[in-house]
Amino acid sequence: MVRHDALAPRPGTGPPMWEYQESRENPDLAGIRDRSGLWIDGEETEPLSGKWFSTIDPATEEHLSMVAEAGPADVERAVGAARDAAAGWAAMPATERAKSLFRLARLVQERSRELAVMDTRDGGKPIREARDVDLPLVAAHFFYHAGWADKLEYAFPGAEPRPMGVVGQVIPWNFPLLMAAWKVAPALATGNTVVLKPAETTPLSALRLAEVAAEAGLPPGVLNVIPGAGETGAELVGHRGVDKVAFTGSTQVGKEIRRRLAGSGKALTLELGGKGAHVVFEDAPLDQAVEGVVNGIFFNQGQVCCAGSRLLVQESVAPEFVDRLRRRLSTLRVGDPLDKNTDIGAINSAAQLQRITELVESGQEEGALIYQPPCELPERGFWFPPTLFTDVSQSHRIAREEIFGPVLSILTFRTPAEAVERANNTPYGLASGVWTSKGSRILWMADRLAAGVVWANTYNKFDPASPFGGVKESGFGREGGRHGLAAYLRGVG
Amino acid sequence: MVEERVASLATRSIKREAKMWALRTAISMTDLTTLEGMDTKEKVRQLCHKAIRPDPTDASIPSVAAVCVYPNLVGTAAEVLGGSSVKVAAVSTYFPSGQAPLDLKVAETGRVVADGADEVDMVIDRGAFLAGDYVKVFAEVAAIREAAGDACLKVILETGELGSYDNVRRASMLAMAAGADFIKTSTGKVSPAATPAVTLVMLESIRDFHRNTGRAVGMKPAGGIGSAKQAIRWLVLLNETLGVEWMTPRLFRFGASSLLNDLLMQIRWLETERYQSPDYFTKA
Repeated sequence: MVRHDALAPRPGTGPPMWEYQESRENPDLAGIRDRSGLWIDGEETEPLSGKWFSTIDPATEEHLSMVAEAGPADVERAVGAARDAAAGWAAMPATERAKSLFRLARLVQERSRELAVMDTRDGGKPIREARDVDLPLVAAHFFYHAGWADKLEYAFPGAEPRPMGVVGQVIPWNFPLLMAAWKVAPALATGNTVVLKPAETTPLSALRLAEVAAEAGLPPGVLNVIPGAGETGAELVGHRGVDKVAFTGSTQVGKEIRRRLAGSGKALTLELGGKGAHVVFEDAPLDQAVEGVVNGIFFNQGQVCCAGSRLLVQESVAPEFVDRLRRRLSTLRVGDPLDKNTDIGAINSAAQLQRITELVESGQEEGALIYQPPCELPERGFWFPPTLFTDVSQSHRIAREEIFGPVLSILTFRTPAEAVERANNTPYGLASGVWTSKGSRILWMADRLAAGVVWANTYNKFDPASPFGGVKESGFGREGGRHGLAAYLRGVG
Repeated sequence: MVEERVASLATRSIKREAKMWALRTAISMTDLTTLEGMDTKEKVRQLCHKAIRPDPTDASIPSVAAVCVYPNLVGTAAEVLGGSSVKVAAVSTYFPSGQAPLDLKVAETGRVVADGADEVDMVIDRGAFLAGDYVKVFAEVAAIREAAGDACLKVILETGELGSYDNVRRASMLAMAAGADFIKTSTGKVSPAATPAVTLVMLESIRDFHRNTGRAVGMKPAGGIGSAKQAIRWLVLLNETLGVEWMTPRLFRFGASSLLNDLLMQIRWLETERYQSPDYFTKA
């Protein structure tokens, strides 16, 4: 029978929509266990710290698993295991290292549904993104770096690339498995051994990755995963047995790490915060720019270091552009991350939600105009609606501070020079986007924008062959491509 | 970004009641089409009966929107469809090439309307369009608009020959400004025919035209849409670009022939969770 309730219009400024029935991915596919121990020296192990913490599903606040917290003695054990494995792994024929990584890449592909559901449940991201973006990129990173493992001399002609030794890596919660892959794949391909600390709110997929890596034939001790909070991370990066530290996270913590490591002789790369600017010129194809801006700020609920959280739109098209943007916002589907039709999932944690809420309140207090499409948010869990701010001044906190949430600050400009000045007027320099039909203007802008990445007529495009990283307070060092390999090698200049 | 948006909407998962509604709505939006040199009166009569009653075993299945035929067969279609809700649509203006003088196109259009066509599917002069003679294209559409009188005018852009999304958008705007009631992707004689990406560009043009003029123009993708799964993807594009107000045969049509039986088969599957043999569905 025709069910007319399928046509019940949704409230909002956009057109009434045909409601799609919920299409929920099976949460049990993740295979989450009651207890998730540390992964050290090729096996799951109880923490010497004796401490366990609960990791929850941010969409429901339900407990998922008790996770072992690594204390100082556990860090000691993990670094020791990595140290013991380092010589053997580095001396292994590079083709054999490559084989393990190729096997790992294939296993990740085979188990991608399990891993995608795991990241969605542990982190709150929409299953559509975990399935279509995170997991394909994870596999791509392992494949790409597996290919480099036995060709390093060709990547750096005339040099003698040698591994650093033991690498301590600390990753954030926004792309739990993908950030692990970005860190682990190049480190292992270049012959280093790894101690990885996943974020405290999303430890499960990194632990599962270690299991999969063991299945792929990675020798014990080559990849160790030790969950914990900030103290565990500090313990790891400060450990004297660590030769190189790679950190992705907030600029504040990055600064602390850099201070801490000064004079220690350890190599360091940092991938920190951002306040990316979309620059939309009047000759841009506006609908396509709207899509790019929406992707730039609402992908993963805006919890992306390279999120395009500022929109600089040329004054002549600003009202029309904002109008189109509002309309498009009303079609975003916010809700259950496991529903395959969800566009915007849950905020990762209560703490993050509080930060977003506080900054949005400051935006209102400082006089910016807020727009949020009407949408029903679930009662439990951590949620924030897609948000636009107009009438934003360069001096407002929402235009300066990294919000790390689904909040876009809209400013205008009149000339290209003014656009550059405004876009660069931030301590950060990770990514920006240029939208125009004119090719010469893209090049002119790219020369002048102070950002590690400039996307032209697109946004959030990632590829393992393309180096990613920031300038200014967004950090230093690159991940991906030849540049990314160099960050894990000695003797390559 | 056009392709990306389309790819992202293609992952929408339409299930159960939402799917049933889509399948039935898609049937009511279908322009059941036969445009072959070997078309006969008998073939068209068969198609018209199928159009009125797509599933002889299930009276709740709606009729399709229209039957679309060559000018020669308009009278035959009108005989069978008279008194039903199904419209008679005729291709006109020297379909599919449109390579004929304007006075002949006008005469052809007048004739099909006189013979009983409720709807006229015209083609634009792609040669003139690609040569940059937009005035000529506009004038032709306007002339056919007048010749078609009260008939619903669908303007075929033949997007497979236009070469770029910019051109698709420009041709859409020209056709709408000249009085089109529908804009239509393709004749079905050129590959590629209707793709989701050109459809999205045309839907966005329709949205902008509506915002600027207040006039709601319809959309008709045609050619190459053979499965229910594809049809649902098109409805998702429509839903998320123009909204449910456009999800009516008055403003959206599928130009298709084999699509209908797949829609019927999928409806049967949803009802029984079993696929029936194609033998259970009538061939037109």
